[in-house]
Amino acid sequence: MRIMSITKRVTKELLRDKRTLALMFLAPMFILFLMKLVFSVNSTTSVNIATVNVQSGLVSDLDKVSHIDTHKYSLSKANDALKNGTVDAVVRYKNSEYYVTYANTDASKTNATKAALKSSIIVNNMGQLKRSLLRFQSQVPQVPEKTSKSGAIKIHNKYLYGDKDTNFFDKIVPILMGFFVFFFVFLISGMALLNERTSGTLYRLLATPVKRSEIVFGYMLSYGFLAILQTLIIVLFTIWALNVEVVGSVFYVILINFVLALVALAFGILMSTFAKSEFQMMQFIPLVVIPQIFFSGIIPMDSMAQGVKFISYILPMKYAGDALTGVVMNGYSIGQIIIPILVLLLFLVVLTILNIVGLRKYRKV
Amino acid sequence: MNDISVITLNNVVKRFGKQTVLNHVNMQIYPGQIVGLIGPSGAGKSTIIKIILGMELADEGSTNVFGKQMPNRRLLGRIGYMAQSDALYESLSGRENLQFYADMKGLNKRSSDMQIMHVAQVVDLTSSLDKRVNGYSGGMKRRLSLAIAMLGNNDILILDEPTVGVDPALRRSIWAELKKLRNQGKTIMVTTHVMDEAELVDEVALLLGGRIIAYSDPYSLKQYYQVNSIEEVFLKAEAINNAYNVNY
Ligand SMILES: Nc1ncnc2c1ncn2[C@@H]1O[C@H](COP(=O)(O)OP(=O)(O)O)[C@@H](O)[C@H]1O
Ligand SMILES: [Mg+2]
Repeated sequence: MRIMSITKRVTKELLRDKRTLALMFLAPMFILFLMKLVFSVNSTTSVNIATVNVQSGLVSDLDKVSHIDTHKYSLSKANDALKNGTVDAVVRYKNSEYYVTYANTDASKTNATKAALKSSIIVNNMGQLKRSLLRFQSQVPQVPEKTSKSGAIKIHNKYLYGDKDTNFFDKIVPILMGFFVFFFVFLISGMALLNERTSGTLYRLLATPVKRSEIVFGYMLSYGFLAILQTLIIVLFTIWALNVEVVGSVFYVILINFVLALVALAFGILMSTFAKSEFQMMQFIPLVVIPQIFFSGIIPMDSMAQGVKFISYILPMKYAGDALTGVVMNGYSIGQIIIPILVLLLFLVVLTILNIVGLRKYRKV
Repeated sequence: MNDISVITLNNVVKRFGKQTVLNHVNMQIYPGQIVGLIGPSGAGKSTIIKIILGMELADEGSTNVFGKQMPNRRLLGRIGYMAQSDALYESLSGRENLQFYADMKGLNKRSSDMQIMHVAQVVDLTSSLDKRVNGYSGGMKRRLSLAIAMLGNNDILILDEPTVGVDPALRRSIWAELKKLRNQGKTIMVTTHVMDEAELVDEVALLLGGRIIAYSDPYSLKQYYQVNSIEEVFLKAEAINNAYNVNY
């Protein structure tokens, strides 16, 4: 039962280190809160719109708007395209009214679609403009929430994800949750093992009949437990305090973060063997941690060059980011996140073996 | 000395880069003895200990403990080790440190409780056992470190400079305890660079220039070199060793 004793000891040390605890639990909340304030302003991107039964005059007007591409679809094909992410919105014309469904996974795209549609309809209906404006003004108080009017033509808005208040912050939140878990577990576990080495306790520990694997597993249990706590707090905070909607199961979110935390732990322990001091450990942040942000999906992947995109496949954060985004925004089921989770587990197994072998540096059996 | 040696170093050579720290070291340690490994700082005392424990591998030669080739993880259960640095978990209490290492040594709950009480008494820490180590003085840390080494069913105790920073009264009680353990049949290896402590051991091994240049009981050593203290033995041996090296 050496593993449990090591787990108990590592956990005790962690719980008594108030500053580290604050770093793990309060810092993510603080940063998430700040980001919500900062990123609630939206950016522009290129948008694909599916049109169903829309008159060609309006379609060509829409196409002329910069950053907008239109594609003609049948209704069922359009809805499929929307679900699998090929298009960002479906515009359907029926009974002289427009029915628009937005994927809304990227709020800036939703806003761009709205603006483009509005202006195109206005251009298209120049003739009706004057009359309708008068009527529009007099009718404002009665306009229902989900419906807006452009030149007497009704537009019904529907959102696959979230609502009209969804923005960039909501899009990066799932990835941020994962990133915080990765970053703090990486740093703190790396420091902890480094500290065991520099204080000499690691050598003393290895002078007992303990197995190298027992040390690694003991650490894993302890940090896994901590990661579950941290994930719970971050998830609850984002849901309750920041009003972010989790479409899928919260349990999957915790599962993904748990596996990610173990990968981060194994990674932290591995990197700590290359560091001689805490400062050198910090120097790994720009090398190891920052690239994870770039390729985690916070910056849209489709805007990257093919070769650069390839790098993302060797970074654990990419898989965690994909799975988390899927669960939080699209309600992915276990079948849809199993591949990224398996890839993360593969990372975990490889890193763990490397760690167990790596401890040989300090004891030759 | 008809007993079979418990620790045997056979022609051990250890290099760090270009520096040869141990140059064909031979040593046999027999059971029920306190062996003092004496040498100036940097002589390679800690390196010998790390090779015996299997933390370092010798570049040449072999090391046996209880007749088995080191490194060997299981044998570590029968060796108590006190490192040169205190190496304690600072945020844990003295008791928690002891409990942790008792678990690592594979003691069950009952015998670990008993042993913790006993070793705490030996190093006179019973009253501060529930205080956190970061509140301990330097001497208290050293004592806790020694207490940890004494945990378990050890046949061998290996202590790397155990009495550095310990006040004279406590030093005396530590040596008394070591003698008691020796009389129970345990084998104890102590390194020190404090020469007067060398008078207290059964066998002195002088480590100089990567070699054991003398290995005998203190009395015979003093007779052989015709001096009155181990310190003088050391100085004389060093001079002869240097002269030999120059001639060579
Ligand atoms: N891991 C290591 N890497 C490089 N040199 C080392 C290492 N460990 C010890 N040394 C060198 O070996 C020599 C002997 O060290 P050590 O055994 O600690 O001496 P002592 O314990 O007698 O003071 C010293 O010169 C030290 O610098
Ligand atoms: Mg030393």
